[in-house]
Amino acid sequence: MDAILLQILNGLDKGSAYALIALGLTLIFGTLGVVNFAHGALFMIGAFCAVTLQKILTISSVSIDPEKKDFLGNPMEVKTPYVESWFGEATGQLIINWSVPLAILFAIPVMLAVGYIMERGLIKHFYKRPHADQILVTFGLAIVIQEIVKHYYGANPIPTPAPDALRGSFDFGVLLGFDPNAVIYPLWRLVYFAFSALVIGGVFAFLQFTTFGMVVRAGMADRETVGLLGINIDRRFTLTFGIAAAVAGLAGVMYTPINSPNYHMGMDFLVLSFVVVVVGGMGSLPGAVLAGFLLGILESFAAMNEVKSFFEAIYLPSIDQIIIYLVAIIVLLTRPRGLMGRRGVMEE
Amino acid sequence: MLGLNKKDTGLFIFVICVTALAPFIMNPFPADSAMAQFNAGYPDLMQRFVIFGIFAIGFNILFGLTGYLSFGHAAFLGAGSYAAVWMFKLLSYNIVPAIILSVIVAGLFSVIIGFISLRRSGIYFSILTLAFAQMSFAMAYSVLTPLTNGETGLQVYNDDPQWLKGDGPDATHFFGLEMRSTFELDLGAWSFSFNVGYYFCAVLMLVAFYLSMRIFRSPFGLMLRAIKTNQTRLNYTGLNSRPYTLAAFVISGMYAGLAGGLMASMDPLAGAERMQWTASGEVVLMTILGGAGTLLGPLLGAGFIKYFENIFSKINESVLHGWFGFLPDGIENGLIWVAEHFVGSGWHLTLGLLFMLIVIFLPGGLMEGATRIRDRFSGDKNKKDTEGKYAPAGE
Repeated sequence: MDAILLQILNGLDKGSAYALIALGLTLIFGTLGVVNFAHGALFMIGAFCAVTLQKILTISSVSIDPEKKDFLGNPMEVKTPYVESWFGEATGQLIINWSVPLAILFAIPVMLAVGYIMERGLIKHFYKRPHADQILVTFGLAIVIQEIVKHYYGANPIPTPAPDALRGSFDFGVLLGFDPNAVIYPLWRLVYFAFSALVIGGVFAFLQFTTFGMVVRAGMADRETVGLLGINIDRRFTLTFGIAAAVAGLAGVMYTPINSPNYHMGMDFLVLSFVVVVVGGMGSLPGAVLAGFLLGILESFAAMNEVKSFFEAIYLPSIDQIIIYLVAIIVLLTRPRGLMGRRGVMEE
Repeated sequence: MLGLNKKDTGLFIFVICVTALAPFIMNPFPADSAMAQFNAGYPDLMQRFVIFGIFAIGFNILFGLTGYLSFGHAAFLGAGSYAAVWMFKLLSYNIVPAIILSVIVAGLFSVIIGFISLRRSGIYFSILTLAFAQMSFAMAYSVLTPLTNGETGLQVYNDDPQWLKGDGPDATHFFGLEMRSTFELDLGAWSFSFNVGYYFCAVLMLVAFYLSMRIFRSPFGLMLRAIKTNQTRLNYTGLNSRPYTLAAFVISGMYAGLAGGLMASMDPLAGAERMQWTASGEVVLMTILGGAGTLLGPLLGAGFIKYFENIFSKINESVLHGWFGFLPDGIENGLIWVAEHFVGSGWHLTLGLLFMLIVIFLPGGLMEGATRIRDRFSGDKNKKDTEGKYAPAGE
């Protein structure tokens, strides 16, 4: 029982990332009808927002301390981050320590701007073009973004640790009455899950309870009629693209302590997120979230030793590497619309 | 000739001449001159031209004719490579069985994947093939390690059985003719190299090209075009389009397998990274860049990309300093700062930008560009606009 719980928890953090990216993909597809292959790149840009903020915060003034000597006997250079000299040492260190959560504030405007520019500058011109063109141009864009990031940040992963306060692990099992130490879980992953639940809830609430969201939903259902009612639907869709970009970016920001960001993390997540979208049902927001979590949890179950050895017995070793694809293929063949796909959306 | 009309015969003869004389054409600059870095006439690169040409020709049969955009063709290339290396390991370095097996394996593999993926069209098809390719990639890395040797990649070791080897050569050969043997011809300041491997690949490429021409001009090809134009209407007329698309898919898969087999024949190695979806993206780019749905386009695209990949990757900062040295320092440094992004390891950035520019401004590729220029000069304004030549199926 506790092993099962642990696997569910393990699946949640990856599932959260899948769900957030898939949510953004679906939002874009549902509103603009564009298949965005650059969405993984947006996730990566988000992660590198965290890296950038960390770098900005640790910009230091260099002073020479004649008291101390380094190992060669020369006067040692002491680096003091400007933040520390401005806000005092304790506050400064606290700010640096909390750079990843702070990066959320930094990432939101950046991602909205990136999304806005992307939609106005490029995607806008592709609404009337075939899907193949959309796929190709966003694929090209993804390569470009990836290579630019690689050029400026290098090819190696950049460690961006979580704040000290959230770094430990948490004995989750005790809460539910298991033995102590049975279900221990890193605290940051719980934070990640809570955060993504918050973001997902926020997006749904925004779409459900605001006038803006209502118009967007109406536009997803029937764009033309909404336009005929005198509403500038294009502008709202542009903003929706920005929101989708921000959601992907936030997923990236908070993911950095789990996996150090590198330039190809976006591509790695993109393919799986597409699979998630397809399994959930193209154009269905709840479907994307559900499928994201489901596939994340499924993946972590497949990584369990018992499951692995069972599949090895029937000549399917390392099932965890391919389980998502297998499930996607089965779902697509038996239920082409996806788990929660609406009738008529991207069906033949 | 050979069942081709006059125009096609001309085109075919032109391609034959270009491939036969490629060692001369690719080396227009004397070996010692400063321009020698733009030469492309060395065997390794020329082999890549024709091998990727085969790959792109095959991909074009699927994408150019039916409009089905597959993002997983690299999987077939990888499967072909693995099959070929296994033949080297088990039989001998003779490349004939290796290539035959790689085509067969890739064909069977594409029957399975095509059968499943082709149940959907449009973007679902793209995503399905993408998922399959990624799955194959993941499997080659982990599950199938006994077959693929995982991360290390498959290669031939000394203690491999090689049952038929006897005292045959220790390198890949065609009945004794080693692929790596090269005849160097020095003519004054110029030097040209004629490589057996290149000519072997070139002959197969010509065969592949001829077949694709026949397919383009056949009733079968016409049917594929009809699928691209309007599949729904085709279905309403009572035709089942699935067998045709599957046939196209398998043919293009076999082309990819042939390319993979040849790749392994030139250099007996196979690795999982050949199956990665960025590799699939590359062949898509080659086809689009040259012109999807045209005969010559994919060849042109493959050559173009492989040539510039080679040239751009070689350029580094000191070369740039050499070029811009005559300019004032400020401008020189500025130019170099800009150019640095695009050369050397930044070649992929150039590739991505190129990809975007082509899709945005020239969806018909270089062939369309050529047509436009010709039309402008001949002043024929009434020519039909060829933009949007390819539309995906199932829209």
